[in-house]
Amino acid sequence: MADLSVKVAGVSFANPLIAASGTFGFGREYGEFYPLSKLGGISCKGITLKRRDGNPPPRIAETPSGILNAVGLQNPGVDVFIREDLPWLKQQNTVVIANIAGNTVEDYCAMAEKLSETDVDMIELNISCPNVKSGGVQFGTSCESVGQITKEVRAHCRKPLIVKLSPNVTDIASIAQAAEAGGADAISMINTLTGMKIDIRTRRPIIRNNTGGLSGAAVFPVAVRMVWQVSNAVSIPIIGMGGITTWEDAVEMMIAGATALQIGTVLFSDPYAPVKIAEGINQFLNDNHIASVTELTGTVIPW
Amino acid sequence: MKYDIRQLRLLSNEAIAKGIYDMRLAYGENEIPVQCGQFAHVYVPGKSLRRPISVCDARDGVLRLVYQVKGEGTKIMSQMKQGEQVDVLVPLGNGFCVDKEKKYALIGGGIGVPPMLYTAAQCKEPLAITGFRSRELVILQEDFAQAGAEAVLVTDDGSAGKKGFVTDVLRERIAEVDEVCACGPTSMLEAVARVCAEFGKPCQISLEERMACGIGACLVCAVKVRKNGEEIMQHVCKNGPVFNAEEVVFHG
Repeated sequence: MADLSVKVAGVSFANPLIAASGTFGFGREYGEFYPLSKLGGISCKGITLKRRDGNPPPRIAETPSGILNAVGLQNPGVDVFIREDLPWLKQQNTVVIANIAGNTVEDYCAMAEKLSETDVDMIELNISCPNVKSGGVQFGTSCESVGQITKEVRAHCRKPLIVKLSPNVTDIASIAQAAEAGGADAISMINTLTGMKIDIRTRRPIIRNNTGGLSGAAVFPVAVRMVWQVSNAVSIPIIGMGGITTWEDAVEMMIAGATALQIGTVLFSDPYAPVKIAEGINQFLNDNHIASVTELTGTVIPW
Repeated sequence: MKYDIRQLRLLSNEAIAKGIYDMRLAYGENEIPVQCGQFAHVYVPGKSLRRPISVCDARDGVLRLVYQVKGEGTKIMSQMKQGEQVDVLVPLGNGFCVDKEKKYALIGGGIGVPPMLYTAAQCKEPLAITGFRSRELVILQEDFAQAGAEAVLVTDDGSAGKKGFVTDVLRERIAEVDEVCACGPTSMLEAVARVCAEFGKPCQISLEERMACGIGACLVCAVKVRKNGEEIMQHVCKNGPVFNAEEVVFHG
């Protein structure tokens, strides 16, 4: 048995596999398939200061090797999360990451304050949601705004702070550098790529929001490229995600530069995917006489 | 663990009407723990999403899924062959609540008809009113009769059964029944709900929405409902697919 444990910003994970925010709710449903302790961690559904009802349906469309979604951050609000979901999550013996999203910098700071008083393990700053009218990705697409919001939230955050990056930018490496300079302890990437699907008969977009975020295997090579670029530009750890479907993808993402991984869209076809990926990584490490999964990170040999 | 994914052996998968297939799967046990109105989430090789299909029947160890080929995923399903293993997550959602002591009208429209069959099998001599666009789309009429239902058929164009809508028959017969259960296009469900409200009959309706996880985690299959005077978003997969018609906010 190889050592699958990893450390991100001082937090220890039993394995590098984290459920990706937005695909896993607050864990209760998938906890009816397997003990959540089989996962290294859970990044919870994005929460906002006040309850949000999200976008009208349809909120999803299937696309080649992927999906588009525009849920619009439906969630019960940070206080309900802290009161009703966090105590249960903390009993599951896995790392709990709160993913926060807001309309204003003040919203983010207020949530960071509240969550810093709880026993949540880490906070993931979601400045990359493409599906809400204000806030979300508007904070995540320029170096200035990323640097500023990270710095401001940092001042209110007494937990390890992960900044989740949008791929819908021209130079992701400089955005990551801005997050690092603002005080981020880690980067998670990539959020979804903005996309669109139109019904050719009705000429209506399938998704009521018109556009949505593309995820799934289709985005995987883009995510690998971006993780590699960012790992060359920053010294903080990267949680890599974007279309990881198999254990081979997971190994590839780590070789590109990721220290840990988030698994999302594949859950919809195979709820057991993270468990199978962990087993596959372990087998790969054993077969190649690699003692620890950490030995994979950033070992790509570029031409 | 509440959920389990099973590999079920495909017994048959035949077209029973234009573009409509009848897939029968061996569950492996005689008693299938599924309620009428619940659904199965079927893995389709090569697709990112499972296909949610309501359970048409679950008697005698055979899980029966009657589905319409609408896109690539259901097309792949229609090509699955006898003896193949089909990866199915079942049962999911909340089905119809039926009481053997009551008289039901079961309303089905188009591809919303199949779940009403297993529902009919749970009721005492129900009235099954099924509607289709035209004759070549008519399914399951004999099955309803065998399940002990009085089957009334209507088509939009009159090419089979009576010409008209399911709500025409419901209006004529609603005095005979205690409750109504329905599945079909949203416009039909809204019309059925309106008739039930007019006559003061309880009405349960099964809704459909584009879905991903099937268990209430991803929140994509949203439906607006009214609870205690407040409009909130619930989800077809976990809170439904069957809802109390009075609570559903149509065009929400």
